[in-house]
Amino acid sequence: MTNTFSQVGTNVRKVDGMALATGGSLFVADLAPENALCGMILTSPHAHARILRMDISKAEALDGVFAVLYHGNVPRILHTTAGQGFPEPSPYDTVMFDNKVRYVGDRVAAVAAETPEIAARALSLIEVEYEILEPVFDPVKALQPGAPVIHDEPDAHVIIPVAYDKDRNLAAFVETAVGDVDGTLARCDIVVSGTYTTQYAQHCPIEPHITLCELDPYGRVRITSSTQVPWHVRRIVAQCCEIPVRRIRVIKPRIGGGFGAKQEVLIEDVCTMLCLRSGQPVLMEYSRKDEFVSSRTRHPSVCTTTLGFTKDGKIQAIRMHMVLNTGAYGSHALTVGSNCGSKVLPMYPCEHIEFKMEGAYTNLPVGGAYRGYGATQAVFSVECLIDEVAAKLGRDPLELRVQNHIRSGMGSPIFKALGEGTEGVEMTIGSCGLPECISLGAEAIEWKKPRASSGRKARGVGMAILMQGSSIPHVDMGAATIKLNEDGSFNLLMGATDLGTGSDTVLSQIAAEEIGVDTAMMIPLSSDTDVTPFDVGAYASSTTYLSGGAVKKAALLIRHQILEVAAEMLRCEQDKLSIEAGRILGGAKVITVSDVALHSLYSHNQKQIMASASHITEKSPPPFAAHFVDVEVDLDTGFVKLLKYVSAVDCGTTIHPKLAEGQTEGATMNGISFALTEEYLFNEKGRMLNPSFGHYKIFTTTDMPEMVTIMVPTYETTGPYGAKSVSEISINGALPAISNAIFNACGVRMMHGPFTPERVARALREKA
Amino acid sequence: MIPIELDINGQTIEMEVAPDLTLLDLLRAVGVVSVKKGCGEGDCGACGVLLDGVYVKSCLILAAQASGRSVETVESLGNVEHPHPLQTAFVDAGAVQCGFCIPSMLLAAKSLIEDHPEPTVEQIREGLDGNLCRCTGYVKQIEAVQTAAAVMKEEDHD
Repeated sequence: MTNTFSQVGTNVRKVDGMALATGGSLFVADLAPENALCGMILTSPHAHARILRMDISKAEALDGVFAVLYHGNVPRILHTTAGQGFPEPSPYDTVMFDNKVRYVGDRVAAVAAETPEIAARALSLIEVEYEILEPVFDPVKALQPGAPVIHDEPDAHVIIPVAYDKDRNLAAFVETAVGDVDGTLARCDIVVSGTYTTQYAQHCPIEPHITLCELDPYGRVRITSSTQVPWHVRRIVAQCCEIPVRRIRVIKPRIGGGFGAKQEVLIEDVCTMLCLRSGQPVLMEYSRKDEFVSSRTRHPSVCTTTLGFTKDGKIQAIRMHMVLNTGAYGSHALTVGSNCGSKVLPMYPCEHIEFKMEGAYTNLPVGGAYRGYGATQAVFSVECLIDEVAAKLGRDPLELRVQNHIRSGMGSPIFKALGEGTEGVEMTIGSCGLPECISLGAEAIEWKKPRASSGRKARGVGMAILMQGSSIPHVDMGAATIKLNEDGSFNLLMGATDLGTGSDTVLSQIAAEEIGVDTAMMIPLSSDTDVTPFDVGAYASSTTYLSGGAVKKAALLIRHQILEVAAEMLRCEQDKLSIEAGRILGGAKVITVSDVALHSLYSHNQKQIMASASHITEKSPPPFAAHFVDVEVDLDTGFVKLLKYVSAVDCGTTIHPKLAEGQTEGATMNGISFALTEEYLFNEKGRMLNPSFGHYKIFTTTDMPEMVTIMVPTYETTGPYGAKSVSEISINGALPAISNAIFNACGVRMMHGPFTPERVARALREKA
Repeated sequence: MIPIELDINGQTIEMEVAPDLTLLDLLRAVGVVSVKKGCGEGDCGACGVLLDGVYVKSCLILAAQASGRSVETVESLGNVEHPHPLQTAFVDAGAVQCGFCIPSMLLAAKSLIEDHPEPTVEQIREGLDGNLCRCTGYVKQIEAVQTAAAVMKEEDHD
């Protein structure tokens, strides 16, 4: 498609790029005043215990300690840490501090002190007497009768009408079915089934969670936080600290990565309470160990999937039973669980589908939002089983996918059946570039080329096809305000939360395109709850599609206002005028947007040209992708070397091609690292054994394969300038694509991530 | 307390420091905030500086060890008006997403280009191996180093 846009589709310089590259003072830690106290949290050494007695007097008496918090001196407000819209679909099963701990790393107490050394000393002076309770670590066992009950407190509850049974450790439950799966499977020529598991993993933003809370002279709390959800922070902190929303201002500065981990109100409540109690500014930051142990993780999963096919290669039925381990708290359990179905099952349309999801509490670290959001866990089984079917039918797995995948104009009963705690929204696929993704990706990986294995090195290729969504329809809302300045520049005030993705740039491009000026004329400010309008935040692959829609609407209003004033200045009809490159064309003479601004601010009929708009979506159009990988498996050691990885993605229009590629490459690399090395190791008491980058391996430049990224342009008519989402989808491909490639190379089926040399070697031995 | 004197980006600083203060914490305390703390254990590479021209992780060096030496951080490389070719190349390649790891990575890149004025992809990968980035997948950063090396070589000739 020819690009007829002047700003959209171009690689303008990322608006914050040079400020970041020159080391500007931009992140929370850089903005803390010198006198900020150090906030620090005491965590539980036990996986499951009741606190019988606590004595904080010695800590309080220590010089330099300004506040000590524990369950005995803070309000008990049930809430969820999940940064979701209200009413939240996650259970209210968390309080600031409890008289019970539910995993190693759970909160016990917090202090604010002059220095980190004094804070650490104060924590060591807090006396805690525990009654150790029997823990449960396996999500399947946790759901069985007789398992230790993790949330035995009477007050945990859900605030929307969804299934919740804390007495059974059931944090979330969804079940839906269409057609007759049992009957259909009985008639199918080919039925394949398997139980696939995924492991604990962490987002690993290089900047861990950090929050600065300061009281202003008006008695308001200013929270500067590394968050993806400033408005949810404001609402949930108000709730937990029992102060009105109007007393809180949340500012999001530059964020050092989030990937979902920062869609969680994790430390802002404690930091605010320490600030209120001490009357001093408080800076609270997680160490890397805290980030692994006490932050949020990808919900580990046990997924049993069955596919039924006729011998002509047509899919007839799918059954998926997903058990998610949500750890000690149910943050995002229901919605991640629902997305396991809604972002995966529609890929292969058929009339008979069953989906069941159970989210189980265990005494392990807490699950949360993580890029991919359930699709990562669920697509592993489906895409591996498609290859199993192809093997049974003697078909090329690529052709089998092409025969069965969803296309433009098609729907799925799953879209309607599975929402986010409620029913979903019926949807027909608009743009779908999946056929092109598959053909271009296959060409780049040389799919048909025979790969010669030699000696102990076996070669193979594998693929997977993927879909995600773009925002949560009828739930998420984004808003933007634009105002014009004398020089023809615009303040673009957005609730949308740039957490490093480049959304400030992308949204500036959309505004500039719509108005008819250069992107450089946009001055974006994202996320200050006192200044910018609301936005739910940066999650659910929503920013470009949803917040971009709000920006485009506001920009259209601005364009009309500019032309209205210009028509007055030029004494002509407004509809004869247009704006191109900041100049008003079509009148008796050419004037500039700056001329219009000066006129409207100072000369006649004065007014501020400004507009606000909100946007919600009717659809969540899926981006699509095909991932391909070429591997070499060492048959002796089990080491899997990736030779080449191809990600072909349809995200609609790429507003900023390099940033869209960057999203794809970053997500792909994270997916590869998850598939091959990343996992939490626990001892028998539930303590994580490897909470450091030294022992939890994420990929570096020397680990990466040759990477090929292909952006397949389509045009999604419901999105701003044809755009859909791009941020999450590509994290989902590596697990199934690599498993399929290993199978292709040496005939062993890896069903449990990560595919470490030990696991692959064991599988090879078992096969032999 | 230990008296130290060190040169930070051309400015001499004299002060007394605790024996266990890291160079990272010292630099941040005196306002050199481009040096980031991502782990404090030498694993993430967000705190890299050039110590007497050698790329090191400042969380693994005690401030007292740096006494009498010179520290260079990204603040000395260039600024928004006059960026260093590496900074321009990184931004224009799309190699800067959240940017938290970037100041340190730029110094690692500068160091590797000094050793290898025309670096191969393999040499760049080796040179950036200690710098974790979770956003980008490294593809654009490797491209950026190649671009910058070419520009820097050109500038050397001029």
